[in-house]
Amino acid sequence: MDIDSKSLKKPKEREVVKIKKESSIIRSIKNNWILYLMILPGILWYIIFCYAPMGGTILAFKSYRYDMGILKSPWVGLENFRNMFRDRAFIQAFKNTIIFSLGKLLFHFPVPIIVAILLNEIKNIRLKKIFQTIFTFPHFISWVVLASIFTNLFSSNGLINQVLINNGFKIFSPLITPDGFRGFIWISNIWKEFGWDSIIYMAAFTSIDPGLYEAAEIDGAGRLGKMIYITLPGIKHIIAIMLILEVGNIMGGASFNQIFNLYSPPVYGVADIIDTFVQRYTFEMGVNFGYTTAVGLFKSIIGVIMITLANRLIVKTGEQGLF
Amino acid sequence: MKKRKNTKFDILLYFIFIVLCILILIPFYNVVILSVANTITYAKHTPYILPFTVDFSGFKEILKDPFFIKSLSVTLFVTIVGTTLNMIFSTLTAYVISRRKLLGRKFILNFIIFTMLFSGGTVPIYLIVTKLGLLNSIWSMILPCLLNTYYIIIMKNYFQSLPRSLEEAAIIDGANDLQVLTRVYLPISKPFMATFALFYSVERWNEWWHAYLYISDKNLKPLQIYLKDLLVVYDSQLAPQLKSLAESQMKIFPQSVQMSTILITMIPIICLYPFVQKYFVKGVMMGSLKE
Repeated sequence: MDIDSKSLKKPKEREVVKIKKESSIIRSIKNNWILYLMILPGILWYIIFCYAPMGGTILAFKSYRYDMGILKSPWVGLENFRNMFRDRAFIQAFKNTIIFSLGKLLFHFPVPIIVAILLNEIKNIRLKKIFQTIFTFPHFISWVVLASIFTNLFSSNGLINQVLINNGFKIFSPLITPDGFRGFIWISNIWKEFGWDSIIYMAAFTSIDPGLYEAAEIDGAGRLGKMIYITLPGIKHIIAIMLILEVGNIMGGASFNQIFNLYSPPVYGVADIIDTFVQRYTFEMGVNFGYTTAVGLFKSIIGVIMITLANRLIVKTGEQGLF
Repeated sequence: MKKRKNTKFDILLYFIFIVLCILILIPFYNVVILSVANTITYAKHTPYILPFTVDFSGFKEILKDPFFIKSLSVTLFVTIVGTTLNMIFSTLTAYVISRRKLLGRKFILNFIIFTMLFSGGTVPIYLIVTKLGLLNSIWSMILPCLLNTYYIIIMKNYFQSLPRSLEEAAIIDGANDLQVLTRVYLPISKPFMATFALFYSVERWNEWWHAYLYISDKNLKPLQIYLKDLLVVYDSQLAPQLKSLAESQMKIFPQSVQMSTILITMIPIICLYPFVQKYFVKGVMMGSLKE
């Protein structure tokens, strides 16, 4: 259609430049009305479920009253934010969030890369597929189900403790001891996601030029050498993108499902992250909605800043960024 | 390349991967053997590492509970209707923003991408969903998660990667934009679409958070919430009194009830998963490597 309209317009082009410009916009809309109609529900959805809530963050500067709604509730200025930085539970949740994210970056992030590189070394295609199928499976199981499974597995009469006690060890219950909880979160998340996370790297291997491997072989590179000097650099742009996403997610959006389903009062001190804090304070403890909106807004803003910074850093090092 | 025999390195690799497989499978194996265990054998054998009995009373118990059947039907409804709507609206949105000729395309694209970076947070979303009258409505588990921006972007990249000649030929034949999508693009994109239908359906099947926020009516709770409530009732560590109460009332091994529920919750995923697995690897590849 684009081509048609252009060729029709050509003879008149020089006569009325201004009118043509205007009418071409109208014509483009007229020609594409079906497309606009097709995207209308999508746009409406984004307005209602994404942009309206963004507007709703004005609640962060208000004290919410049920009888008045978001718009009419009284303004309180920065009161909510002042309270936030005086609130010990919030400070603790903020610290925990950062600790969980940094730990994840340190322990979790390299695992799928290493697994992908090693999996790539397996020459038996069928076996490789079987491994991959098993590794990816837990990704599709919800944390609600997994929390039930793990709670049982690590309970005082669950399988793990039966084995430990039978062999003369002490009871091990990481889910309800503050010392063990964080480690448990990191490890169980690696357990669930490493297979899935490695897929993206596996996909990237296909874009590496096989000639490079042959050249390296001629140069006398061993298998380990090829992994380090060809496979790894071959996927470094994907690693960079995944790193931006991970850093951008430092405020812990991804861990909410996991922690909310696994934590319990004995470990709140080390387990509470901003998302679980907001959830509990809003819906279980009945704290003013204005306050928890402020906490949510604080989280979102830090998230945007982090992802922008990470992206800029990656672009500076010469890799292609996200935006 | 030369054909290689298995070196020490290969054997080490196989060893590592087999250990990883065992570590992943043990918790699921434990679910299976406990779901068919009963109180007597469980007390007799410690550690309980083999299926010492095959007793289906846990399954029978759970299937007798009318609320379990209700939650199963709620989850089925949310999964089937939800995924259908997810697919229709995501495809439409992704297709439109993949049309390069569209005026305002860049604006719409940025409008959508911005929502990935910044969100209003839990509380404003909750208030808006409440305001829409979705509290205790089955639609509260479908509408707020109608579109997944990340999937839409991947779909958009995919549509852009299809050869333009296909579209041009159809337009010469007199097709409009909607017909290009439904008659030309969709028929050649079945594996790709299947991948995203799988992603969405797993999300809908696993959905618990929206239900946790918006559903208090016991008749409308989905399977995941049913399971979550069951965990609280049977949790052997945190509520020993409740546990003994449940045991004495039901004369049934509590773990087997819980594990049976878990198993039933996982069955659709276990059944579907191996068949669609090959598609999603392709789907992720297509989406991630373009642009």
